Amino acid sequence: MAASLGLAGVTLAACGGSGGSGGGEDVDEALASVDVSCEPYEQYGDLEGTTVGIYTSIVSPEDQAFIESFTPFEECTGVTVEYEGSRQFETQLPVRLEAGNAPDMAWVPQPGLVERIVNDFPDAVVPVGEQAEANVDEYYNESWKGYGTVDGTYYGAPLGANVKSFVWYAPAAFEENGYEIPETWDDMYALSEQIAADHPDAKPWCAGIESGNATGWPATDWLEDVMLRAAGPEVYDQWVAHEIPFDDPTVVDALNQVGTILKNPDMVNGGLGGVESIAVTPFGEAGLPILDRSCFLHRQASFYQANWPEGTNVAEDGDVFAFYLPGNDPEAQPVLVGGEFTMMFADRPEVKALQAYLASPEWSNAKAKVSPPGWVSANSGLDPANLKSPIDQLAYELLTDEATTIRFDGSDLMPAAIGTGSFWTGMTNWITGEDTESVLTMIENSWD
Amino acid sequence: MEFLLSTGTPVEKFIVMGIAILLFVAVMALVLFLTDRPRMPQWITVLAFLGPAALLVVFGLVYPAIVTMINSFQGDSGRDWVGLSNYAEVFGSPALRVVLLNTLLWVLLVPLVSTAVGLVYAVLVDRTRFEKLAKTLVFLPMAISMVGASIIWKFVYDFKPTSQPQTGLANQLLVWLGFDSQQFLLTWPWNTFFLIAVMVWIQSGFAMTILSASIKAIPDDIIEAAKLDGVTNWQMFRSVTVPSIRPAVVVVVTTIAMATLKVFDIVFTMTGGNFDTSIVANEFYTRSFVRAETGIGATLAVLLFVMVIPIVVYNVRQMKLAEEQR
Repeated sequence: MAASLGLAGVTLAACGGSGGSGGGEDVDEALASVDVSCEPYEQYGDLEGTTVGIYTSIVSPEDQAFIESFTPFEECTGVTVEYEGSRQFETQLPVRLEAGNAPDMAWVPQPGLVERIVNDFPDAVVPVGEQAEANVDEYYNESWKGYGTVDGTYYGAPLGANVKSFVWYAPAAFEENGYEIPETWDDMYALSEQIAADHPDAKPWCAGIESGNATGWPATDWLEDVMLRAAGPEVYDQWVAHEIPFDDPTVVDALNQVGTILKNPDMVNGGLGGVESIAVTPFGEAGLPILDRSCFLHRQASFYQANWPEGTNVAEDGDVFAFYLPGNDPEAQPVLVGGEFTMMFADRPEVKALQAYLASPEWSNAKAKVSPPGWVSANSGLDPANLKSPIDQLAYELLTDEATTIRFDGSDLMPAAIGTGSFWTGMTNWITGEDTESVLTMIENSWD
Repeated sequence: MEFLLSTGTPVEKFIVMGIAILLFVAVMALVLFLTDRPRMPQWITVLAFLGPAALLVVFGLVYPAIVTMINSFQGDSGRDWVGLSNYAEVFGSPALRVVLLNTLLWVLLVPLVSTAVGLVYAVLVDRTRFEKLAKTLVFLPMAISMVGASIIWKFVYDFKPTSQPQTGLANQLLVWLGFDSQQFLLTWPWNTFFLIAVMVWIQSGFAMTILSASIKAIPDDIIEAAKLDGVTNWQMFRSVTVPSIRPAVVVVVTTIAMATLKVFDIVFTMTGGNFDTSIVANEFYTRSFVRAETGIGATLAVLLFVMVIPIVVYNVRQMKLAEEQR
């Protein structure tokens, strides 16, 4: 065991982390505009001189905005927040808990990991405090509470959020060719065929699922998004909870539908090679051929905007923008989301106060003001005017719209052996040539 | 004592480190002082010197080994006993059988190829004008970390479609020669061979250095006698050089074999174990820490341990034989 623990220098790409680029040049300026009236903080009581340690997967440069966002809380309550980010967070947190070296608070990016920690370390976890729970009840869509609940007890309060159901495109390319943003899957498929016919040198789509040890996760997002649209939210929930088998006929249909794009040599992989090149293309680079028109469409989450080269204008009339990944029914609007959850491992008032603050509108607004584009939360008290980019505002609209059906990323909800294991490898094998049924059966067999 | 355990700033950490070093020196001084007393029984002296080392071995090696073996018979959270089912899964599931097969390929190919390359190279450059430069070039990869070497080779194998500008050296060569660019790391078993090439690249320098030193240690009179007998170069290599350096060859082969069994960085960095390239050490890490399958992880660790034993035993026996011959 000890031998492997020494390898912390190797990076594990975190699935679905929030994006962010640049540093904090504008942070000081932005912070000046943060409301530092201490009134909302009086509810936390006198906490002068106390310290809270946070352990997270969010590392430099994205951590800077988080650290800045604690300032009003620290100044008004007297609490010192100590921030520790690690790329090995998901593997190190259980190790630290096992060793009795628990942080005061951890930000867990997967509900499946929340559940695993509660089950494996029942003595170490502390349920969400009353104030934080009241904030979640008031400001968050009720589905968010469910993701942090294990066996009826509430353990994880929501922090940031990202919307996965986006298709990135180049507005100028659409305008030149007279393409319309599709409103149904069939429209989108027809558009893809149109692009293929109009541009023999390019491919309609580009895709990439390479992510080091986490290779495969972007493909799981594809399947989850299509499952949610083709089979509906109820069947999606049953599938994620393993109430229907992983290789249920509805899943076979959904994956085959994904295959009409991802495994179709006429549709992929713009500027990057054949279908198999999807497996070896880093997910962060996969969408870039949109800029040189080698491809026109790239399905990836809202945080992907951090991956565009510096100077790329992300706007509805800019270099790149994204539209909502359409489903079969233009009326229904299911959205696949991801996000982080705060968990406590110390039953102290200052830790509870920080958790309550992180679930409050004050924090979401303060964070939005100091963050570069690529960050959004699902807190309904967040003023969208504070968000930096139109994509963040669009994501926020989808997150808080009463009409949208929100479902969390399925692989993040499943047990680790599936969600970060056989599901990832299965989708990678599927891209490299294995057929739909045998991949889904393999994953089903690994779920015991 | 509380301040010692909860250090925040680097300064505090350095202070704690200083205290720890002072404590170590003090304890050692005390041990040396006490054991040097004239009337101290010998067993106390022995215990004072061996005791700490023995304790460290027990807590750092024996205890974890036993716990790992116990874990290998337990389920994922270590709460229930599952008998041999972890072992059955390791040998039964197709994915894990590929892992074992890959490990076998690594352990067979890396030591043999690296030693062969190192040996031939050492003989070829021996006593030539460019010896120093030639040796330096082959030894250089040894100085690079495994992760560094992996990143270099990941660039070498980088794939771009044939029609686009190439960034990978290997594919650029293919394109210049008029072939299509290839995805080297995608198709089993070729991807495993391409990963093995990285380890061979690193280890050949080690083999060459040891073997070259050993060749230079062959007594001149033996070589002269052979030359007087009129041997060809090949006969010299086969009948004089190789038998003379046999103990060194054995040490090199077994050392590289042990290093190969433990190799993790190359696979982790270059493919993450995807596309059927995983080997036991990488699979152990993934299962234990990423997927939380501690039972399977412990089983793989035990298997790794079992696989190293025969190599270590053989190595020790050969070293003893070599010593007896002297």
